[in-house]
Amino acid sequence: MDVVLDNLDLYLLGIRDTVVLTVVSFALAFLVGVVVAGFRVSPVPPLRAAGAFYVNTFRNTPLALLFFLFYFGFPKMGIGFSAFTWAIIVLTVYTGTFVAETVRAGINSVARGQGEAARALGLSFPQTLGVVVLPQAIRTVVQPLGSIFVALIRNSALATIISVANLSKTADQISTDTVQFVPVYLGVAVAYLLLTLPSGLAVGFLERKFAIKR
Amino acid sequence: MKRQRWLIPVVLLTVGLMGVACGDDDTPTVDGGSTDSTTAKPTFAAGTTMAALQAKGKIVVGTKFDQPGLGQKNPLTSDVEGFDPEIAKIIAAGIFGGSPEDAGSKIEFKETTSPNRELFIENGTVDLVAATYTINDARKQRIDFAGPYYVAHQDIMVKADNNTIKSVADLAGKRVCSVRNSTPAGRIRTMVPDADLQEFDTYTLCKEELLNGRTDAVTTDDAILLGFASENPTALKVVGNQFSTEPYGIGLKRGDEAFRTFINDLLEQSYSNGQWKAAFDKTLGKSGVAAPTPPPVDRYTSAGPATSSTAPGETTTTTAEATTTTAEATTTTAA
Repeated sequence: MDVVLDNLDLYLLGIRDTVVLTVVSFALAFLVGVVVAGFRVSPVPPLRAAGAFYVNTFRNTPLALLFFLFYFGFPKMGIGFSAFTWAIIVLTVYTGTFVAETVRAGINSVARGQGEAARALGLSFPQTLGVVVLPQAIRTVVQPLGSIFVALIRNSALATIISVANLSKTADQISTDTVQFVPVYLGVAVAYLLLTLPSGLAVGFLERKFAIKR
Repeated sequence: MKRQRWLIPVVLLTVGLMGVACGDDDTPTVDGGSTDSTTAKPTFAAGTTMAALQAKGKIVVGTKFDQPGLGQKNPLTSDVEGFDPEIAKIIAAGIFGGSPEDAGSKIEFKETTSPNRELFIENGTVDLVAATYTINDARKQRIDFAGPYYVAHQDIMVKADNNTIKSVADLAGKRVCSVRNSTPAGRIRTMVPDADLQEFDTYTLCKEELLNGRTDAVTTDDAILLGFASENPTALKVVGNQFSTEPYGIGLKRGDEAFRTFINDLLEQSYSNGQWKAAFDKTLGKSGVAAPTPPPVDRYTSAGPATSSTAPGETTTTTAEATTTTAEATTTTAA
């Protein structure tokens, strides 16, 4: 237990790094997910195909493999970013697929009449989606989006394999220097809970706040 | 381990993309040097680890699979080749009898990486670890070491055209790559806090990063670096600034004194009967390095069994009987 207390500053740095990774990736993944969900329900076949291709490719690939392919593969084609940027890109691309499918489910849950009424009023497809359907759709999927966020907190640990600082990597370092694996990793487990449990509570709060009163 | 398994195809793919020819794995011709002095099957006192392993007919050895010259799985033959596996064969020969080559068939090699070695020993996944395993006090609190059987030094590998990094002090402000949870990584953190330390799961990835120009230096034991540099001498070089002493030991479960003494005896015996030198010449020696003088075995006092509930005492009397089969080797190795 002393190991954890002695290295509290390192733990805090690790928590900060994990929060940055998670929040930035989720914000981007949310944008990507909403756009792709729009693609998947659009009347334009190539857009639908592109959306389906993206989701099926990246949702069905192990995240750790994506880290490797992006980080070690793209530089061979001359595309180079820092390891941190790659971590954000990979987490965004991967999480974006889950957001897209969740938002699409939300869109499908909006009553058909809403879209029809919007079009009857003369709104274009982007307007229908953006002004009428999406605001209702996203409210119904706050809880599953929250689950994706919590999953992302935990998934960000895999950034360790491309040497990007985060809570798990902190644990690696401390355990190397002290050779006390169990207390160090228990400390990390607690730190992750400190992030995930409040996230769950916040999601519950948001869900009640945005609930559609019918 | 979980990460490593799928990592292998990825690494192979990456290497394939680069068009790097894998090292020439000419099948070793039958080595006439192995004089089998211990042909007879040794006998051990009941209850010892040696007796249990002999009865089981198999020994599980943890080693590294990605370090040329030290412990590398040959993708074509699935054989694990290198100095560490050769040392394991000498130990297996001491348990099962026969020459080290014959005893090799009794060994099941399991891949261990720097982060998981203590755990594998503690939970019994492996019977012993011979995996470029540096003996240090922090590790002695969890496991015991036989040996050392080799002394390496931490060194730095850079691109062949790099003339700015000549010593460990030059690493300040530079990108340095090493393996997660390894001694070299920890040492860089304390010696050069300014260095931008990058940590990956294997040294192969570090070498890739160096060749890609995304890191400036790779640091770990010279034996490992020499293996990589000899594979690719036009692109890589080892600086030759040895800034640490890394005695490699055999990792064992803590408190198994009989087994530790037995292995220490075997190692000393292999120093004097030529088996150790044969193992070196066959592996690390291939790069042209002459076999060094093997280090003296360190029979330090163990902290005792890992679980304090078992009282040390009567059972240790079997130690003497257990070692009678191996000729008590005189310490021929002066430093």
